[in-house]
Order: sequence, then structure tokens, then C-alpha cells
Amino acid sequence: MDRLIELDSLFWEATRETLGIVAATLLIGGVAGLVLGLLLHTTRPGGIAPNRVVHVVLNLLVNFFRPIPFVIFIAAAQPAARLVVGTGIGNPAIIFALSVAAAFGISRIVEQNLVSVDPGVLEASRAMGAGRLRTTLTVLLPEALGPLILGYTFALVAIVDMSAVASVVGGGGLGSFALTYGYRQYEPVVTWAAVLLIVALVQVCQFAGNRLARTAMRR
Amino acid sequence: MTATPSTPATGDPLIRLADVSRVFPARSRQGAAVTALDHVDLDVRAGEVLGVVGYSGAGKSTLLRLVNALDRPTSGTVTVAGREVSGLSERALREVRRDIGMIFQQFNLFASRTVWGNIAYPLTVAGVPKDQHRERISQLLHFVGLADKAHVHVEQLSGGQKQRVGIARALATDPQILLADEPTSALDPQTTAEVLALLRRVNEELGVTIVLITHEMEVVRSLAHRVAVMEGGRIVELGDTYDVFAAPQHPATQRFVSTLVEKGPQPRALDRLRERHAGRMVTLSFRDGDASPADVFAAFIDRGVTFELVHGGVEDVHGRTFGHLTFALTGADAAVADAVSYVATLVEVTTPASAAEIGTEAP
Repeated sequence: MDRLIELDSLFWEATRETLGIVAATLLIGGVAGLVLGLLLHTTRPGGIAPNRVVHVVLNLLVNFFRPIPFVIFIAAAQPAARLVVGTGIGNPAIIFALSVAAAFGISRIVEQNLVSVDPGVLEASRAMGAGRLRTTLTVLLPEALGPLILGYTFALVAIVDMSAVASVVGGGGLGSFALTYGYRQYEPVVTWAAVLLIVALVQVCQFAGNRLARTAMRR
Repeated sequence: MTATPSTPATGDPLIRLADVSRVFPARSRQGAAVTALDHVDLDVRAGEVLGVVGYSGAGKSTLLRLVNALDRPTSGTVTVAGREVSGLSERALREVRRDIGMIFQQFNLFASRTVWGNIAYPLTVAGVPKDQHRERISQLLHFVGLADKAHVHVEQLSGGQKQRVGIARALATDPQILLADEPTSALDPQTTAEVLALLRRVNEELGVTIVLITHEMEVVRSLAHRVAVMEGGRIVELGDTYDVFAAPQHPATQRFVSTLVEKGPQPRALDRLRERHAGRMVTLSFRDGDASPADVFAAFIDRGVTFELVHGGVEDVHGRTFGHLTFALTGADAAVADAVSYVATLVEVTTPASAAEIGTEAP
């Protein structure tokens, strides 16, 4: 307990880092995942803009990246991280790897939630003279908004989970904090402090997501 | 095949399907291609309500979706107001579609928007300035009788109210044509009547040409000026609603009409009638313009034949009447035979068949 009090400033620093990493990932990976998911849904046979080639290629791509365990993916993506963010270590590298992994994961969540939108509603929009882009942005997305928010909440929790392995490439955050100052220094109180804070963060995210989704679905 | 010839249209038709076929390719390698429309010719006149009737899979939905080019024909051309829509690009079609409203069996309203938002959508799509929305939407809401529901979310509406919103949304851009895809099939009879009354006003007050597909003959009878009957991807009969109901020619049409109007008693009913009534059973079909029942009754009386009405009734289609009346005739055999052969020169005479005679059990 005394050790935890000594580490007080580092603990809150780690919390801020986790929040920063998760927020950046949710933004970058979330937008990329949304675009990918929309493409997967609209190019499917019978979709708004059916395109076999694009659909098959995207499907392969998503199926290729999704099963890779994240801890291995970080290592495998290091050269790409150097190329894109200029460094293979630290928080920028972890945000890069997380965003890529999250984008593929989120794309499936988006695709699955869009399937629940009644095709008849999309046809009605088309019958009114709306183009594909307009139908996608002003009908397809709003109609699926409630389930999408729940899907993103699920993704957010998964990102918090994945962000905890940041220490393998020298990234920070609560995961690194727990491993460095708790596990390796035989301080279970420190480890559990990090664990409890992560649990609390997840609870808050889930609660906020549920509230938002309920508002969107008006239930 | 078509026994009732389509009356030649006066002026150019608003919608013309010329030799249109639509073949859906096989879903799998073993599957067969499906011919949804098989060389269909159809003219829709400006200002009319055309009912298209057929069983599921007859091709009526496909036909409707060709008009606003939601689907394209495999061969043939579809022309709307002089423009060949079957050849236009998706971009060029956007403009054409603003002149063609569409309503659906399942309403297809946007659950993410209010009633107001649903009706505003086509206005936004058509580029109508925002400051004109209020007036137009309130006009439409009054027309469909939902002025008090403007800011309600659509899932709080009843089925009939949803279809009213659908109609208001379809009319927002003031289209010339309204395509109605089974608009009352999800509604109860009372609500159906209300929606049909509203659609009639759309046609009569706003002059909108309506193409309506349905499998309910009651909908056709109350709304359509003309009826096209489809079977197996073809139009097997096309004619004025009265003619189709009073004298259906094609077996498919006869089946549809018999859901509303029986031509004589069903075989089992006939057997029961025979138990209660003596004499010869004949069914006389009276149609507008034929001899009146009075002439027929006089012929019976002159020949000393007693007649008793045992089955049937008089139907009204757009103010014109017809009826299939079944009589039990008693009297001397020769007199009855003479009366029947004379009456046959005045009206159509048929002899109803009992279950035993046609050798099959009635359903």
C-alpha cells in the first residue's frame, strides 16, 4: 500500500496514457473501421453498390488480420509502424498497431450491425432519387445508429484490453504500470490497483455506451 | 391469350413497357434462371389507376420496380413520360425518380426520423430549400390527416398511420406517378378502406397516375380503373375493372374474381340447395347492358315456369352492376326447356355443377 502511495504520480500518469492511447485508437481505428465496414456492407451482393472484386478483397484482408493475436501483431507490424509513425517503439507505435487491429475488428462489427437495417428502407431512399453516398450517410448509418453505438462500446472495451500489452514495445499505460511496478516488483497491491482502475474504466465506458444507444434507439 | 383486348390509349401513354423481359440468373450452378417477366407489353394512361393482380411470383413486383428503374429489364424498353428509363444511368435516374413516388407493403419508413423527418427527406434529396419545407410538409400532413403527428417517431404510429406517412412522403416532391407495392396487404380491413380512400383522393384530387399491385381483389375493385392480371411473368388479361369482374376470361382472372364474386353456387352448396329445392338449377349472368331481370322473369311467367331465386347477388363496380343469379325452375319439362333456351338469347345461362358431377371434392 505504501508502495502505491509512492507511485501515486506514476499511477495517474499511466492512467492518462491509457486514456490517450485508447482515445486515439478509438478515433483512428474507429473511423477506419467504419469506412471498411461500410465498404464491406455496400459492396456485398445485393448491397447498395455491389462490387464482387472489392468485396472479396476486403473480406480476405479482414479475415487475414483479424485472427492474429495482438501481442504478435505488434511485433509483426513494427516495420510498418516505423514507416508510418516514424518509430517502432513507444506510444505512437502502440497506437498505430492498435488502430490497425481495431479497424479490422470494428469493420466486422459495423458490417454485422448494418445487416440489420431493412433493405426496403434503403430501396425507399433510392426510389426517392437519393444517390448511394447520400443513402449510406443519411439513411443506412442513422438507421443502425443504436446497435452501432453498442458495437463501438464493445470495441472500446476490447481496445482497453489490447492496450494493456503496450509494454512489449515500450509503450506506457496502466498495463505497463501493473507489469513494471506490480508484477515484477512483487507488489500485488500495485497490480490490483491498476486492475481495479481498468475495470472501473470499462464499467464507465459500458454504462455510457448503453445510455447513448438507448437514447439513439429511444427505448 | 388475352381475351379482352386492351382499348387503345388516347394520346401517348404515361408509362409504356414494350416487349419487356426480366430474367434473373440462376443463384447456383445447378439452379435454373427465373423468368420473372416474359415479353410484357403494357401501357399506363395518364390519370388512371391501374391495378396489377397476380399470385406471389407472377412478376408484379418486378414489373413495378422497372417503372422507376430500381430494376432493369433484360430486354425490351420502359418509357416514362417520354423518357426511356431502362437505358438511363443511375445518376440520370435520380431526377426521373423524383417524379415517381413509391409506397410499400411494409411502409419502409425511416425509424431514425420523425414523421416530419420522413417527409422532409425526399424534399432534401430533391434540393428543395429548407425554408419551403414547413409549408409543404404541413400541407401534406393535412392531406393525409396526420397534422397532429408531425413530431412523433414512426414506431409510435399504427399501421394505417404509417402508410399515410408513406403516402405523404411519396407525394412530397409532387410526382406525376405513384407506384404502390401491395400498399394495404399489411393492414386490417378497416384501415385498408381508409388507405384506399386516401389513394382515391390522390388520384382524383391530385391527378396522380397510380400503378397498384395487389393480390386482393377488393382493393382492385374499389380503386382501379383498369386491371392487368399476371401469371407466370405474362399479362394474361387486361381490361376495364367492370369487364374483368363481370366477365373474366382467363382462368387466372376467374380464380381471382371468384374470391369476391361467385359465379353460381359452389358444388357442395349446390348439393345442399338441391336437397331443399326441386326443379332445374340454372345460373343467369346479368350484366350492365344485357336484358334486365324483369325481361327474364316475364319469359318464365309466360311459359308457366315457376322460378325461385336460390343463390347469388348483384355486384356494383364503379356504379355499374352485374350479378350471377341461380334459380330453381319448376314446371312442365318442355316449358322449362323452352324458357331456358329463350332466356339464353337474353343473358348468359350456365348450369351449376355439383360435387358428384365434376367428380372432385370442393375445397
